[in-house]
Amino acid sequence: MQTNTVLKLGITALLSVTIAACSSNDTDGSAGTETVSTTPPATSAPVNNPQPTAAELEQQRLMATRIFYFEFDRSDLSAEARTALVAHANYLKANPGQRYRLEGHADERGTREYNLALGERRAQAVERYLQVQGVSASQLETISYGEERPAQQGTTEAAYSRNRRVEIVQ
Amino acid sequence: MLKTLYRSFFVILLCPQLLFGQQVLNIVITQGVDNPVPIAIVPFAWEGFGVLPENVTDVIGSNLRNSGEFRTIEERNMLSTPHEEREVFYRDWSFLGADYLLVGKIMRSSGSNLMQVQYELFDVVRQTRMVGEVISGSESQLRDISHQISDVVYEQITGVRGAFATKILYVTSQRRSETDTDYQLNISDADGGRPQVLLSSREPIMSPTWSPDASQIAYVSFEDRYPRIYIQDLATGNREKITEFPGLNSSPVWSPDGSMMAMVLSMDGNPDIYVMDLRTRELRKVTTHFAIDVEPSWTPDSKSIIYTSEQGGANRPQIYQVDLETGWTERVTFQGVYNSKGSLLQDGNNLIMIHREDTSDSYHLVIQNLERGTIRFLTDTQLDESPTVAPNASMILYASKEGDRGVLNAVSIDGRVKFQLPVDQGDVREPAWSPFLD
Repeated sequence: MQTNTVLKLGITALLSVTIAACSSNDTDGSAGTETVSTTPPATSAPVNNPQPTAAELEQQRLMATRIFYFEFDRSDLSAEARTALVAHANYLKANPGQRYRLEGHADERGTREYNLALGERRAQAVERYLQVQGVSASQLETISYGEERPAQQGTTEAAYSRNRRVEIVQ
Repeated sequence: MLKTLYRSFFVILLCPQLLFGQQVLNIVITQGVDNPVPIAIVPFAWEGFGVLPENVTDVIGSNLRNSGEFRTIEERNMLSTPHEEREVFYRDWSFLGADYLLVGKIMRSSGSNLMQVQYELFDVVRQTRMVGEVISGSESQLRDISHQISDVVYEQITGVRGAFATKILYVTSQRRSETDTDYQLNISDADGGRPQVLLSSREPIMSPTWSPDASQIAYVSFEDRYPRIYIQDLATGNREKITEFPGLNSSPVWSPDGSMMAMVLSMDGNPDIYVMDLRTRELRKVTTHFAIDVEPSWTPDSKSIIYTSEQGGANRPQIYQVDLETGWTERVTFQGVYNSKGSLLQDGNNLIMIHREDTSDSYHLVIQNLERGTIRFLTDTQLDESPTVAPNASMILYASKEGDRGVLNAVSIDGRVKFQLPVDQGDVREPAWSPFLD
């Protein structure tokens, strides 16, 4: 009886095949990048136009914002976020071949599975706003990482506020 | 079967010792009981050649001490070193204040590679032999045998079945850079010994959980860029992705009889609780509220599911219970601004959960008596989460923060015993205690 148990345990331990999973696809190249001013995505401006207009420059400036931050336990978009998202919406409408992946995140406070849901709700808030601006649903997808991929480690409010975010990934 | 097992980019490693970054848990007792039971454990005699790979006496001693219920008599104070009953003189042990005495010896079976461990437990006060037996196993099973002996001693003296011969799952992460983190799913003995990596990924791994017969585990992996639920067989390593629904696929939990799995899916736009029949793969939606419904757990009678819901107010999650047959839903918690990750103890009357009293408070592991409605705080750690109960209901293992690091803590159900299991490096979190393994 006792021997059987030990043998069974041992066999389980012995056969526990270890699997190392390596995603071939690093999806989060932009994590941690904040307001990127250097490389906005391909603009809708015609290539033969040498001098961008003031409106185009403003569009580029607004689209440089690709990370949107949220209050604790909230998924409301700030006024700045809305302005920037209108620019993103214009870009997507002008470029129907482009797709956005909206990655929602939470800070580490509270339980992980609840935070996964919170991150999803934030990503959906951004998605909904873009759709209201006329962006096709087929150009958007949402995903939540909850608290699993903090932009900044630490237990300070500064770290937490950087982690409550939605990132646009193209 | 094979089609579901491995995608092309998986690497299968059959030699766990080759794996990098193995993280070892070390137990540090932070609070024990006031009057632990004094027991003398005489170093077991080794009646063979060579060096044994495992120090049986040490493993048993630290198991009993880490339970918080025992104090071991120091070896250098021992007046004699008996290894079997005829060598025991009770007065040598009553003189040292030992209430109990454990002796034993290890032999190699003639003509085989099996080891035989003989042990005997004595009640020093009553001067009687309580129990004794011989357990056989291979050299690599000496640690299992040590845990089994610990279980017998614990049960003989406390009256409660021991849970030393069990396993835990936990997730670790190591941040390489701001955009690059390694995630690992690990299995180890309940004391943190013999850790092995079960899955290693550059994408998050969450919510490990055991099947009731302990032959399989389930977890959430983001390896395909989305959170999906996987079931992995521990003996063969075969794994299968069992969900591929739009949105979140998370929080897998087996029903007590193993036939169903509760989970969270957000394919209808917001997270809801579902139950999947694991044989037919048929899905049944259990909650339909537009609010967030997450973190299902089964009541011990399998008739209801406990879950976290925001239906009482946005950003104010509370614990609810839904009857699977009638759909009748009841709110279970009313105290505090945040209650989540609830699960019932085996008695069906005590709820453990993560609780936040008010908005200036941290997050604490608490236990709520459902009849009286009273809440008892069990810990003084910060940012508690992911509680998991030992199969003998003696201890709760949970994750918390120490500084910036995730650590595992254990606390007895009565709050008297506390210890910490830090890993050597990286963050450790989401412990899941196995059922009894026999």
